[in-house]
Order: sequence, then C-alpha cells, then structure tokens
Amino acid sequence: MKLSPMRRAAAATAAIAAVALALTGCSGFGSTGSNSGSKVTITFLTQNDAPTRTQSKALIEAFEKKYPDVTVKLDTQPPGTQGDNLMKTKLSTKTMDNVFHYNSGSLFQALNPKTSMVDLSGESWVKDLDKNFKQVVSVDGKVYGAPLGTSSAGGILYNKKIYQQLGLSIPTTWDEFIANSNKIKTADPNVTPILQSFGDTWTSQLLVLGDFANINKQDPNWATDYTENKNGAKYVNQPAFEGFQHTAQIVPAGLVNKDYASMTNAQAMDALANGTAAQYPMLTGSMATVQQNEPDKINDIGVFAIPSPDAQYTSLTLWEPNALYISSTTSGDKLKASKEFVAFANSPQGCEIQNKTGAAAGPYSTSACSLPSDAPAFTKDVQKYIDDDKASPALEFKSPIKGPNLETILIAVASGSTSAQVGAQQYDQDVKAQAQQLGIKGW
Amino acid sequence: MTTASVTIDPAAPTRAPRKTKSDRRGMRSPYPSWFYIPAGVLYLIFFALPTFSSFYFALTRWTLFSQTFIGFGNFVQFFQTPALTQGFVNTFIYGFVTSAAKVVLGLALALLLTGATFGRGYLRAVVFFPVLVSTVGVGLTFKALLDPFHGVVNQVLGFFHLPQPGWYTDPHLALLTVAGVDIWKGVGIATLIFMAGIVAIPSEYFEAARVDGAGSWNVFRNITLPLVRPAMATVIILSLIGGLRSFDLIWAMTNGGPGFSSDVIASVIYKQYQAGFFGLSTAGNVILFLVVTAIMLPVQWLLNRREADL
Repeated sequence: MKLSPMRRAAAATAAIAAVALALTGCSGFGSTGSNSGSKVTITFLTQNDAPTRTQSKALIEAFEKKYPDVTVKLDTQPPGTQGDNLMKTKLSTKTMDNVFHYNSGSLFQALNPKTSMVDLSGESWVKDLDKNFKQVVSVDGKVYGAPLGTSSAGGILYNKKIYQQLGLSIPTTWDEFIANSNKIKTADPNVTPILQSFGDTWTSQLLVLGDFANINKQDPNWATDYTENKNGAKYVNQPAFEGFQHTAQIVPAGLVNKDYASMTNAQAMDALANGTAAQYPMLTGSMATVQQNEPDKINDIGVFAIPSPDAQYTSLTLWEPNALYISSTTSGDKLKASKEFVAFANSPQGCEIQNKTGAAAGPYSTSACSLPSDAPAFTKDVQKYIDDDKASPALEFKSPIKGPNLETILIAVASGSTSAQVGAQQYDQDVKAQAQQLGIKGW
Repeated sequence: MTTASVTIDPAAPTRAPRKTKSDRRGMRSPYPSWFYIPAGVLYLIFFALPTFSSFYFALTRWTLFSQTFIGFGNFVQFFQTPALTQGFVNTFIYGFVTSAAKVVLGLALALLLTGATFGRGYLRAVVFFPVLVSTVGVGLTFKALLDPFHGVVNQVLGFFHLPQPGWYTDPHLALLTVAGVDIWKGVGIATLIFMAGIVAIPSEYFEAARVDGAGSWNVFRNITLPLVRPAMATVIILSLIGGLRSFDLIWAMTNGGPGFSSDVIASVIYKQYQAGFFGLSTAGNVILFLVVTAIMLPVQWLLNRREADL
C-alpha cells in the first residue's frame, strides 16, 4: 500500500491522537467513582501470602452475598519492603485500589494518611476500637483504619512436646534460653535448637524488634527519647544493643539450622510443627501457616517472651493488627460501597469469617470481635503476659521512625559478615536518614 | 583459517552526489536539520532535563510533593551509608571480573567459531542465545538451579561427593556467582563483536604468515591479536560500563544479599529509592555518574590511542 506524503502525515497524526486518547482514558479510569447504574465494582488490595488471600476471598464472598449490588475485585501484591514501595508508588500516582490492607503504626504513618486516605472517624465501628489500636491508625485525632485480624506477639515459638520430653522449663533470662538450646542440641543432633529463615528477609528482625518490650520495661521513656534523638536512646547503647548481640550470638554457637540462609518462613513453621526444630523467634501471626498446613499440630506450639538478660525485665512484645484503609481517590457510590465493606469486616458476620479463616494470633483490637472458645492454645500464652502486665506494643507503634535497612543489616550481623557493634551503628545511621526524610524535629 | 575474502574496494561509490543546500553549506548530512527535531525533543525531555534537574535535586531532601534545600547534606550522608565501601569494592570487582572474562572467553569462542568447526552455525546460535533471554528470567532460573539444598547443580555435586557450596547464600561467594551468570549471559555479544573483528582481518596476512612458516600460536599472537584490537576496545568498554552499572541480574538473584555482600552501587541506590530517600538516592546517582565517567574517560582514551598507534 502506497500513501502520499499528505496521507502519511494524516495517518501518523491520527495514530498519535489515538494513543494519546487511550492514555488519558486509562489514567482517568477505574479510580474515580462517579459510576451510574446500580451495580458498583470496588477493588481491594491485600498481600499475596496464602493465609491472607484465603481470608480475603472468604470475606469478599460473604460481603457480596449480603450486598448483591457490589462486586469486590481482589488485587494482591508482595509483602515486605517491595510491597511498601509499591504501596507508596500507587498512592502518590493516585492509582491505589479503593480499599487496601496494610500495616498500622509507623508504616501507616509513612504513607502520609492525611492526603492519601479517607477519614473514617465518623464510622460506627470506631467506638469499639481498643484505645492502643485507635492510636496507631490515627493522625491528629482522625481515625483512618479498621482492624482486620487479631493482634499478634513477637516472641519465641516453641515445640511443647520437645520441651516436655527433655523436661525443659520456660526460660526467663537469655542465658537460660541458650542453656535450653544447648540441651536440645545435645539430646538429639537432628533437632534444630533455634530456627532462622533468611529466605524471607524480614524474619531476621525478630530478636531486635521482639526485644522492645524488655527495653521498654527497663526504660519506659526509651521510645520517646529515640523519636526525639535524646538521652542516648540509640541501638549502639544498652539496653537496645542486646538485640543485636543476641542476633550475632546464635549462629556461631552452632544452635541454628544449616540452611538458615535460604529457608523460608513457611518451611520454618513446618519444621517447628513437625518437631524437627524446637524454637523459632517469630510473630505468632505466622501460626496461620500451621493452621492451614498442619491444623492438628497447632496446639503443640506455644510462645514465650524473648528473654531479657535480666529476668525482671522479660516481657512480651505485641503487634497491633493490620488495618483496612480507603484511598482518597475513592468517591461517590464507590466510597459508600468501600465503607460498607470495611464496616462488614468488623461486623459479627465479618468477625466470624476472621475467626474461621485466619488463625487467631492474639486478642482482637476491637470489642466487636472475640476469639472463639476453641482458639489455639498459644493465644492463652499471649493473654497471660497481657494479664500479668508483662507486655508492650512494639516500637513501630510507639515511634514513627523505623529504618528501612534493619532486615539486611541483621542478616549481615547474624551471618557474621558484620559485628553486632558495627551493625548497630549502621542501623542508627539508617534511623537518622528516615527521621530526616520524615522531617522529625531534633534530627 | 577463514574463507571469507575481503571485499572492501578502495575506489568507493562513484555516483556524483547531487548538489544540495546542505552540500553548499560545506559538507555533511543529506537530511534537512529539522529531521533532528523529534529526536532532539525526546532527548531533551527524557535525558537532558532529568539529568540536569537531578544535579539540583541531589541537593534537596524531596518527596513527590515537596522539597527542602539542604546543600551537600545528602552527599555527606550517602558516604555514611551502611556498607557503601563494600558496595564500591563490589562494583569494581564485578565490573572488572565480568569484563575480563568476557574478553578472554569471547575471544576464545570467536576463534573457535570463525574456524572451520563442525556444526559452526549451530554453535554460534547456542553461544548467542543467552543474550536474547530476559535478564530477570535468567536470574530466577539460575537461582533455582543453584539453590544450595534443592538445586540441580548441588544435587549433582552431592551425587559425586563433591562439596556443595551455598552459591548465593554464602557471603563470600554470592557476588562471584552472580558475576558468573552475568558472564554466561553476556559472552555472546563479546563473541559476536570479536567474530566480526576477526573476519575483517584481510586473509592475505594469514596466507603470508603461513608461507613464512608461522604456527597457529604465532599467527594468533602476531596477527589476530593486534588486528582485533578495535574489537577488543569495543568489548572492554561495553562490558566494563555494563558491569559498573549492572543491577538487574544482581537484584533478581540476591537482592544485594546475603546482608550487603553482593551489593553494588546501583543496588545501594535502588534500596534508597525504595525506602523513600529520594534526595539521598539522587545524590548517589550523581556520584555514580561521576565515578563511571572518571573511569571510562581514561579507559576510552587509552584504548583509542592504542588503536591509532597501530
């Protein structure tokens, strides 16, 4: 086919115009909600791990049954720093889903909620929220998130059968914990005393982040000082330094699984449930894996607080549940449907689904939901620490600053490429960079 | 050796060039200057503008919506980044190891594949094939193959009772493992360039050398090697620049880990972007730009001078 120059120019112009139209069409589509007609479709973004996906699907199914005019489309993304990055990109380019599921606390603060999310203070479920939880999803007194799932604890998950067989008791000091681990090693060389799973890099942080309740017990002002850059509240100084020391200690002591550098969190949970390993510093939230893969073994696993060097300070660190948020790009019918969806998750029916599909990892943060009577045994371990007043929310719920490189630094410390001292210095630098980027006073 | 004869004719095209406007102006292009506009506009918008604005943004602490001017604060902070020194050292190791290996292996393969080998066409395709595969795909494939416990490579090694290293989980090995995969993937391009260089050597030289009784080694040492120097310069420059700013393969295989042991400058900077430290990472990119320029200018000058001396 031959085209005259004029024709060719016209064709090119038309092609460019078509592309431009398509582009503008795309960017205006999907996020705004001026949808006419009775059927509304909203999108819901959550993390792509198996337990979360299962729960989200069940929630959507029940919701669509109750609200037949609303369709919820499920989107997933990876968790961890990669997910954090995607989340920020989607929010700043205004391409975020209508409803999204994400951490509360410092990670929530880093999303700039005032401009990126819808204020939900007026919703009916707000009155049921636990006051600690309300704080970690609020900015300037306005509530932006509704809890999904239970709170969880970061401690040492342990196989009760192994503890019984060897006649071990729950350690209350770090030295006792190491002594127990050595006994496990001598009793049966095929049983791993302490699991580490750097195939999922975030799991490297437990011995530091899960130690925060112990720090807080020794120095209740530590979190405030840390945020305001005062009084030497740094990771190179005690008490916070002990977490780095503990991380550096266990691999050279020969107490860790051989494949710690490549094992994943799910593999480690299976090893713990099957008794090929005895202890695992981890969040109780990971028990969802056991709930799904080996439900008959879930009561073989208990949890105790990461022991402090001094028994009087040993206490359990708690994580508030993740929350559901609505992005500020949502309006009209879609906003209404999104609010209904969030409220549904905190309704009696929503709570029932949460109980059925997500393994309870600790108490709920809203009085709207309560644990079922047959909740796994380890939730009672968690409750005991709370009742004894030996528990504290994790640092990320008391300070907006969390350095992004902690997991990498701790892997280097654990595998011996960096000393505990240097690792702590590096992390303090990382914290400084984050504080400056957030524009916090005193840095 | 090769049967390809040299067909370059010294008496080049003979058709008299038409007198055009640009011809009268002196010389040069047969195209009118406005032909440059589309490319120029694209270059300005997508290259020049971001490059120059990055010099400014490197001096600020910025988010997508606001910015604060902080002078050289970002540069000071960038040099205090955890494991930055290691990142620099790793970048150089990675750049030089991959570049050197590509030169040596590329030349060897090119000699083999320009010679009269059995199945030459097939082997050429095999050597070049990895270049065509997506880097991330290659990274993930090798990650599976080299898995320390379930990977094919270590299972085979285990079968023969050989040591089974943690290819990308051992901090001392991770960087070299990735470099090895990079070489496997990139050697095809180097081979291709060397083959072009070897084929372009006039066959008279080889014939004359044979008549004088030179052996294969002498022919290689005194004819092929000096005369493929332009090709070698291209390979060195391309692979060194590629190696110094490599990122995708490292990210796909190790994310810079374990710890910081396979971090290069590009992955350090990427992590800072990921953490939302936009000003800091812009400063890092400015530094990377200066470092790569500082290395490549002398290298290019040196290689080009040698070429002229020949």
